[in-house]
This record gives sequence, C-alpha cells and structure tokens, in this order.
Amino acid sequence: MKRARVAYSGAIHEATPSGADSIRLADGRVVAETDVVWLPPFEVGTVIALGLNYADHAKELAFKPQDEPLVFLKGPGALIGHRGATRRPADATFMHYECELAVVIGKPARQVARADAMAHVAGYTIANDYAIRDYLENWYRPNLRVKSRDGATALGPWLVDAADVEAPPQRALRTLVNGRQTQSGHTRDLVFDIAFLIEYLSAFMTLAPGDVILTGTPEGVVNVDVGDEVVCEIEGLGCLVNRIAGDAEFGRGGTASAQGEMKESA
Amino acid sequence: MSSPFALWAGPLIEVAPFRLSGTVYATLLNHRRSLDALGEAVAAAPYKVAPKGVVLAVKPRQALVAPGGDVQIDDVAEALEVGAALGIVIGTTACAVAEADALGHVAGFVVVCDCTLPRAGHFRPQVRAMARDVSCVLGAAVVPRAQIADPDALAIRVFVDGSLAQSSNTSEHVRTAARLIADVSDFMTLMPGDVLLTGSAPDGPRARAGSRIAIEIDGVGRLETRVVAGAARLRA
Repeated sequence: MKRARVAYSGAIHEATPSGADSIRLADGRVVAETDVVWLPPFEVGTVIALGLNYADHAKELAFKPQDEPLVFLKGPGALIGHRGATRRPADATFMHYECELAVVIGKPARQVARADAMAHVAGYTIANDYAIRDYLENWYRPNLRVKSRDGATALGPWLVDAADVEAPPQRALRTLVNGRQTQSGHTRDLVFDIAFLIEYLSAFMTLAPGDVILTGTPEGVVNVDVGDEVVCEIEGLGCLVNRIAGDAEFGRGGTASAQGEMKESA
Repeated sequence: MSSPFALWAGPLIEVAPFRLSGTVYATLLNHRRSLDALGEAVAAAPYKVAPKGVVLAVKPRQALVAPGGDVQIDDVAEALEVGAALGIVIGTTACAVAEADALGHVAGFVVVCDCTLPRAGHFRPQVRAMARDVSCVLGAAVVPRAQIADPDALAIRVFVDGSLAQSSNTSEHVRTAARLIADVSDFMTLMPGDVLLTGSAPDGPRARAGSRIAIEIDGVGRLETRVVAGAARLRA
C-alpha cells in the first residue's frame, strides 16, 4: 500500500493513489495531484542521514569508504514534501541534490541484531537530500549549514509499506534535472546496508516509529540552479519532484550570507 | 487524521513556564579554548583551517532527559564527558534574524548537562558519541530573558561528586548568544520551544556510573543529576 499526507481544502488528509494524475483522500474525494499540498508522507521523528554510503559516490568525492558509517542528524525544519521548493542561496556556487532511499522505522529498535533488523521497518519513501557544498568545512563534516537547511530535504511522495517491498529493497534509483538524467544507481550498492545500519544505530540510540534513515546517494551529483525542476525516482516507489527557488522568493535580498565572514576573535 | 504511527514522544519535558517541545541543538567548538587546545592541528589535515560557520549537532529526542532524571550509561567501565552548557530557549520564531534583534526571540535560559563519549577528533559528526540514549539533561527552570542582564557574562561551574571539576564563563565563547541565533537562523529557522546550547568548555570533567554531577550557572540555576548504569528507561 502507498500512502501520502496532503493538505487540501483546509485540512490534512491521508491519501492513496488513484490513477495517473489523481489521488484519493481518505474521505472519498478524488482530486488532481497538483491541487493538493504534499507533506512528508508520515509524521517524522529523528532524521538520520548517511554520507558516502555508495562506493561510487565516495570515490567521486575522493574519499575512501570508511570502517564506520558516516552518520549525521537533521533538524525538523529541513523537511518538505513532494512538489515543494528549495531555496538556493545567492552566494552558493555548488548546490546539488541527492536521491536516496529513505527507510522509515515502524517499531522501537534498541540494540537490535542485524538478523532481526528488517522487522523494525515500516516502509520506504524517497528523499532528496540537498547539500550546499560551498559551506562544507572540515569540522563535524558535513555540518548542519550544509545539510540541515530549511526546506532542503524533500520526502515523498508516498510511504510504501515494507510488506510490499522485498527485503532488503533491490531498486534502481535516478535523478533527472529538467528532464535529463544526471544520476543513476542501485540500492544493491549500499556500502552499509539497511539491516547493518539499524543494528549499528540502535546500539546507542533507540530508534522510534517515525524515525527515518536516509541511506545515502550514488554518484552523479551536479549543480542545480534557480528554476530547475529536480525529480528523484526510485523504481516502484515513485517520483519525488522539487523545484529550486531563489532568495527573492523568500524575501532575501540576494546578498551573500554574513556568516562566512565571521572571524574568530580569539 | 490518524497516523499509522503512534508518535513516540520521548521523555515528557515540562519546564515551567515553557514546555520544551522543540529540538535541542548543541553548538560545538564555541569556547575559545576548544581551538586553542588543538594548537597547530587546526591548520593541519583534515581540518586545514579554523571553522568559519557555526558548528552544530542535533540532540535527538531519545537523548533528552527530563529535569530530575539521571544520565544512563550501558557500560560501567565507560567514562562520559560532562558538557555543561547555557541553553537558550527560543520564544518566538526566528528566521534570518539580525544579531541586534536576536535576543528578542529568546524566552529564557536553562542549565543543560550534555553528556557525550569523549571523542577523538572533530572531523566527522560522531553521532555515536553525541546522540546517545538518555544523555542530555535539561534543567528544572527556564529563567525568563529579562532576568538575565547579560547572557554573555555568566560563570559556569561543574561539580563531580561534590568537587569543583571545571569553571568557565560564557564570556569566553567565540559567538555571543545573539550572534549564534543570528548565524543559525540564517539557514535553519528556530521555533518556539527549541533549545540552542551555547557551547561547553573543552575537556569536560569525566563521570562514570555512580557519579553525581552538578552544574551551576550564575543567575540561571543549579542542575543536579547522576550517572546510572542500566537499560534506558524510555517511556512508551
């Protein structure tokens, strides 16, 4: 089963697919998918993201795969739904998407063994985990200024039940920018697979329903500009559409962020 | 609508007069001695240059401990590093605020005890050391902003088993409270109920199973907690 959360006609609804361009709200109404506001498809708890979790992407970034997963956490303001807009700051020279398989936890997981891990998965969705590389520094890399920006992590459109997906998922994923494919990969190439990640994380942090693990992205990240349409697709899970917006739309003057000029006074 | 997921709320944290309903963010490397202690290593690989942007870590919900609660540790042989911090409690939504306006978004201040595993290096996020279950205790009172004349001149004292183990002062921070709010809100909106920890002095005191920890911040209060070995006492 595929489920979405959408805002329509003054309320938030659960919705399911209904044909190519429509969705069915839980109250029976069938509406065009472009007439609703898509929200992340479940109530999101802790957002856990992986870096360098595809060998090809790690190579692309000139890193050796590590012994231990590269894990970072995001704040809740980073999240937006399908068909949302993500701001590209005017001073950025390299902002890129990252198409990722997102694993949604369905039941609490504390010190779970690898063999039992997949039973804690509720389902899957697609993530587009934008990064602004200009802000990448070598302290707790990648820092929140690169990876936990307002509206820079899209989730959706659907939460697909784990029961409907092979375990572990063996799916092709790809990204299209303005209709042209720029990234492709396959979830079989994860350096640390889902069961390992649940075992690893749950050893020190209890995973709870609604927590989500963004499992990393394969090679093929390119710069995106204001006005671009970015589509992240995972075989059988759907297409997550996002648009790149400029500073002006957010009431910002388009001046460079002052933060980069902050000098340490000590 | 009814969610397919019963939201797991984590520890219920009510700190009168504010409910800390939001996200807790820790600021790292905000004490001047943090970089001084690294010396020439700051200019060497993998860092190469001192940080320019604010360095943050999310303290996830399962790490948080309600006032009066204990810090949990699984391994009795393990030592935790005590991070004593002034927490800024956000009162009104802060997005891209100017430094001059930043303190106007603050509801008040709280004492926070953020226990982590001592960590080697600062290159990777180190979630395993910093996002542990039941590791970050919030103080029992939020002191309204108006009662704190200058949040950037507050002495912080850490006691372990009754002995003074560390002294620092928020005047030693790289970024002031206002500057922190301005820099963070430039890319991440701070919401009412969010707590932004302003940073801890480096090389915090060590605590083990059985240790009693007390943190005092002038004008803000005193937080007491213990380190207890055993399973997480998470409420469903």
